[in-house]
Amino acid sequence: MNGLALGSIYALIALGYTMVYGVLRFINFAHSDVLMLGAFSAYYLAPAVAQVLPLPSLAGALVVTLFACVLCAGLGVLIEFLAYRPLRSRPRLTVLITAIGVSLFIEFTCQHRAVFGADTKAFPKLLPESDFRLGDLIIGSNDLVVLVTTVLLLTGLWFVVQRTKIGTAMRAVSFNQQAAALMGIDINRIISFTFALGSALAAVAGILYALKAPGIDPLMGVQPGLRAFIAAVLGGIGNLPGAALGGLVIGLLETFAGGISGLSNYRDGIAFAILILILLFKPAGLLGKATVEKV
Amino acid sequence: MAADLKFPFPASLNGAKRWLLVAVVLSFLLSLGHYNRYYLGVTIDIGINIILAVSLNLINGYTGQFSLGHAGFMAVGAYTAAKFSLVFAPGVPEPLRPLLFLVALLLGGAVAAIAGLAVGVPSLRLKGDYLAIVTLGFGEIIRVIVQNMEAVGAASGLKGIPKYTTLGWTFALASATVYVVVSLVNSTYGRGFVAVKDDEVAASSMGINPVRYKVTAFVVGAFFAGIAGGLYAHHKQFLSPTGFDFLKSIDIVVMVILGGMGRTASVVVAAVVLTLLPEFLRQFADYRMIIYALLIIGLMMARPQGLFTFGRRAAA
Repeated sequence: MNGLALGSIYALIALGYTMVYGVLRFINFAHSDVLMLGAFSAYYLAPAVAQVLPLPSLAGALVVTLFACVLCAGLGVLIEFLAYRPLRSRPRLTVLITAIGVSLFIEFTCQHRAVFGADTKAFPKLLPESDFRLGDLIIGSNDLVVLVTTVLLLTGLWFVVQRTKIGTAMRAVSFNQQAAALMGIDINRIISFTFALGSALAAVAGILYALKAPGIDPLMGVQPGLRAFIAAVLGGIGNLPGAALGGLVIGLLETFAGGISGLSNYRDGIAFAILILILLFKPAGLLGKATVEKV
Repeated sequence: MAADLKFPFPASLNGAKRWLLVAVVLSFLLSLGHYNRYYLGVTIDIGINIILAVSLNLINGYTGQFSLGHAGFMAVGAYTAAKFSLVFAPGVPEPLRPLLFLVALLLGGAVAAIAGLAVGVPSLRLKGDYLAIVTLGFGEIIRVIVQNMEAVGAASGLKGIPKYTTLGWTFALASATVYVVVSLVNSTYGRGFVAVKDDEVAASSMGINPVRYKVTAFVVGAFFAGIAGGLYAHHKQFLSPTGFDFLKSIDIVVMVILGGMGRTASVVVAAVVLTLLPEFLRQFADYRMIIYALLIIGLMMARPQGLFTFGRRAAA
């Protein structure tokens, strides 16, 4: 159950990576930091919301999450506009390194005393907690919340991407940017929208992760971010269902490995080992399509 | 010619080799003096970083493969060399210690080279981003393994490594690295590295085996990273797995980029500048990493071809 919950959080983060990769073909290293910022904005919003709505409660949690989503979506768009847009036509390596730079910048700025500080903070309780009993199985309410939220968001995302006009435009841009532009699609708007969507998902994932984790700190995004990225590659980067599947697989494997005493110390390495194996045998990922490079 | 054969040095050495000899002798002479400990430490750091940056430049700059795992190779070399001298140093008489150090360094380099081979062979099917991620993953795996290995101190680190690294050793080896990389790339064989970078398909249709070249670059690069690791171990006298994390790899990558991919001289300058920069920023310690990150972003926007590259603009 824990594995499923962890896996769904990874899946949410992985979707952000994979969407950005789909339209821009580069790895947005700063994504894991947007996740952290999502958790932190909830941390600072919670007291403010608590004055209007009672916390912990479902309505309060929803309001906090919504605000955090909007904040992070704006931030994601801003990052794209300031850092990535000027480099759109440059070699991918340049953009990749810039992304690493942006990620380091956010992490170290947030660790500064005047911003968040490097210490771990206790995340406020947003939801009432209780354990359910299902036969011998004990299910934490948080795990259940994570699962339900993920399923809802995935359905929502599927609807947006497959059934709306802007989703169709997104798919067109990811398929062939030039052709999409020729069809009258505003590429910049679509890319901004993709970043907003991915960052909002990251904010939700950050809050869910913070609910399960003991506390939050400016580097909290790094580990789940790496795992989620691996999940995105595992499922075939650029492929939305693949990212969701990859997230679940990584989350489950990690939890199981944690349960085996000899392997638990190697948890950090396991995800990478899986990644390397996958890339060696099926470089396009589990659900990805193999592409042939044309000369 | 016959005279040359009888006296193989220095008359028979060509230009570059003569410079190498001069550099090696000079560094040993320099190391005889006594200096302020702090300045000495920073200078040795510079030398080690030069080795790392120049060797990474062979992989990233000349061959065009994006490796984010250089710290991993360095860790392999550092731990191998440190463990070797910790085990064998007590049994070796004092005068032979330098020899022991050399063996330790070479062993570290060799094991790192094997690691390079192990990473290089499978990952060559991958390109660009994917290769970057696999090398990143490799670096992390090395760190996790070291963290759990009791023989090398696990998470608490390896302590009490003898201090063998001197100014002479560092700069002699740095010059050797520069010499080997420059000669390799400028040799007939070595033009293949640049060919693979410029256009893999065209290179292979000219009879160049890209896989072979990539593996060679990885192995040679890893070898020198391992040597740098050995020097680092015997300089700091303490190794901890966290010292070889992702950030360290990024440090080296930034040196290569700042210098300009595929230009050894400017990469050396960049290694010097980037080692000194944090020292100068020490009084703004709080802002140091923020400035560093902004530097990376600014550099990528303004001068992606490198800060110290003038003339000879890359066509790509």
